[in-house]
Amino acid sequence: MSGTVLITGTRPYGGEAVDVLLADGVVAAIGADAAAGADADALRVDGAGTVLLPGLVDLHTHLREPGREDAETVETGSRAAALGGYTAVFAMPNTDPTADTAGVVEQVFRLGQAVGLVDVQPIGAVTVGRRGERLAELAAMADSAANVRVFSDDGDCVSDPLLMRRSLEYVKTFGGVIAQHAQEPRLTVGAQMHEGDVSARLGMVGWPAVAEEAIIARDCLLTDHVDSRLHVCHLSTAGSVAVIAAAKARGTRVTAEVTPHHLVLTDTLAEDYDPVFKVNPPLRTASDVEAVRRGLADGTIDIVATDHAPHAPQHKECEWDQASPGMLGLQTALSVVVDTMVNPGLLDWRGVARVMSENPAAIGGLVDHGRPVAVGEPANLTLVDPAAEWTVRGAELASLSANTPFEGHVLPARVVATFLRGRPTVLDGRLQDPTAAAATTPAGRS
Amino acid sequence: MPRHLLSAGQLSRDAVEHLLDTAQRIDQAIAGREIRKLPTLRGRTVVNLFYEDSTRTRISFEVAAKRLSADVINFSAKGSSVSKGESLKDTAWTLQAMGADIVVCRHSSSGAPQRLSNWVEGHVVNAGDGTHEHPTQALLDAYTLRRHLGDLAGRRIVVVGDVLHSRVARSNVLLLSTLGADVTLVAPPTLLPVGVAAWPAQVDYDLDRALRGADAVMMLRVQRERMGGAFFPTEREYSRRYGLDARRRDLIAGHGIVLHPGPMNRGMEIAHDVADGPNSVIVEQVANGVTVRMAVLYTLLANEGAGV
Repeated sequence: MSGTVLITGTRPYGGEAVDVLLADGVVAAIGADAAAGADADALRVDGAGTVLLPGLVDLHTHLREPGREDAETVETGSRAAALGGYTAVFAMPNTDPTADTAGVVEQVFRLGQAVGLVDVQPIGAVTVGRRGERLAELAAMADSAANVRVFSDDGDCVSDPLLMRRSLEYVKTFGGVIAQHAQEPRLTVGAQMHEGDVSARLGMVGWPAVAEEAIIARDCLLTDHVDSRLHVCHLSTAGSVAVIAAAKARGTRVTAEVTPHHLVLTDTLAEDYDPVFKVNPPLRTASDVEAVRRGLADGTIDIVATDHAPHAPQHKECEWDQASPGMLGLQTALSVVVDTMVNPGLLDWRGVARVMSENPAAIGGLVDHGRPVAVGEPANLTLVDPAAEWTVRGAELASLSANTPFEGHVLPARVVATFLRGRPTVLDGRLQDPTAAAATTPAGRS
Repeated sequence: MPRHLLSAGQLSRDAVEHLLDTAQRIDQAIAGREIRKLPTLRGRTVVNLFYEDSTRTRISFEVAAKRLSADVINFSAKGSSVSKGESLKDTAWTLQAMGADIVVCRHSSSGAPQRLSNWVEGHVVNAGDGTHEHPTQALLDAYTLRRHLGDLAGRRIVVVGDVLHSRVARSNVLLLSTLGADVTLVAPPTLLPVGVAAWPAQVDYDLDRALRGADAVMMLRVQRERMGGAFFPTEREYSRRYGLDARRRDLIAGHGIVLHPGPMNRGMEIAHDVADGPNSVIVEQVANGVTVRMAVLYTLLANEGAGV
């Protein structure tokens, strides 16, 4: 059968080595039957030593298109995503124009389809222009071809408690979720980095942990009150982990994400004033890093999301307070998770699949992603070489921007291959013809 | 001496002593001269790169460079290519191409001189960056203190006012502690940074208590533009609790001195009669500023082999 793929000797979730056959966009066979089912012209992929995971899903990506195509486009972001092992990414709406109408979210959705390397799922803005003044037409975005289910004013907090309450209530009609950028604005006026010893020494305006924790606590209570769903973006402090844990314990329908960079980097990196380390929320302290790792390991934090935030050089090669916050993440996320969670024994490969694929797909309402590696399931898959090491070079990443905080770092594990509906988007660590992948049908969703 | 002077914290005790001794020698060398000028930096170019208005500091550096016979270029961001959108990096490259030996940088962004030092081959001197540091101010304060108090080890110095936004306070805490002084910061808690406990200084909210027997009190300017930030209720209440009037001045030791980096808000953080009173060394600080900055410029280039 043409278009079939036989992966030999791979270890699903790091388990026993088996052969896996992909055909017609699904996992057709696993184990002894697989090789027998492969026809002569099947693509054979040597999976010896690799771990097979469900394709990664990023609930928090900035693709910059429309508006800042000098920093990233849907195409370049899709390339980075596929190389990073992703089969679906959720695109944040802080574009220009803002993705706050059916028209803009459909534009982003269609661009993603045209590229065809990953499923690009737009996130809609909660408020018009992300200005926090009045609700955007959430239902129109939900009803559009983009089928939006996640809404966020990311980059800014929906700080008005009444507006936050109304948005939580409103999205219940179509099973939506509000993804909150938790940042109390009055407590963070002019903030440049984490407020603490380092900011005091460097003379920078601090972004106190409590400005995040207070909003999360408030939003959890609002979510309880209206019986809705809340997702907390890029949680970064030990206190936030505690707030989420308490909310979950009393049954709040809240989920939370942590970025790869908050799993490893700390505020001391600001000491050279190099804005490559400027990010929002800011890098926190070593004890915060320890807490978010524990929170991810014990399930308090549900997912790892990249907050992939490309920026053109002129927005990073400047003074710290004038620089744009954000870091690249799509191509380094898996390696950072292996480095910070898998290698220290905090998470096994099933855990990686849970926090980087299954949970983000479930939160975002994608039914064909984050599925088990099992016969009959959609063949959205990622093949990882856990023994590989690689040196990060921003200029060599597929993103149009190069603002990686891991420049020159040697990271473990590398994505060998990525499959979108059974077709390879990445093989031997290299991108495959996107037009071939684009010929397949986009995934459905709930 | 490091290649760039970016922070008071990067100076060892030996480096500070060397700079202060050099300033003293320059003072002595110039004292007897009819023309107060040395030929030391002839042919060298010092660029005053000022992204933020500061007439006092700019003129101080300009006089210092000219007294060492350097060529001085004043580059103000206002009305320059910077106001047309040129980046700091591109400006740095322009200065580099023009052969600047030392760039004296004043900037409203903390860390800007440090960024600049990555992009120019010449030396960078931090002339005040955001709310970070102002190392030459701390050096001139230390020079002034040393002239009046001698060795600063064990001396009790009280720094009063808006520590949160003060680059002068940051640099002074670092430099004075390097010299062994015992520094006490006095301010309302709203004007102290959250991480101040990690600084090599005591913290007190009670000015009267802190001043008793102190060897010096350094008043900081209250930045009126901060009044809207709810840091304190009213100017009057601030002045009552943290202003230095004659009664409070009399709490310091008899030999104690009063410093202020200027410009002063008379009647706010410092009373008129204290600013001009017998213990005040505020005018002397300005004069010492030129001498100390001469020492800094000279020492940076002397490391490259420029002879006296």
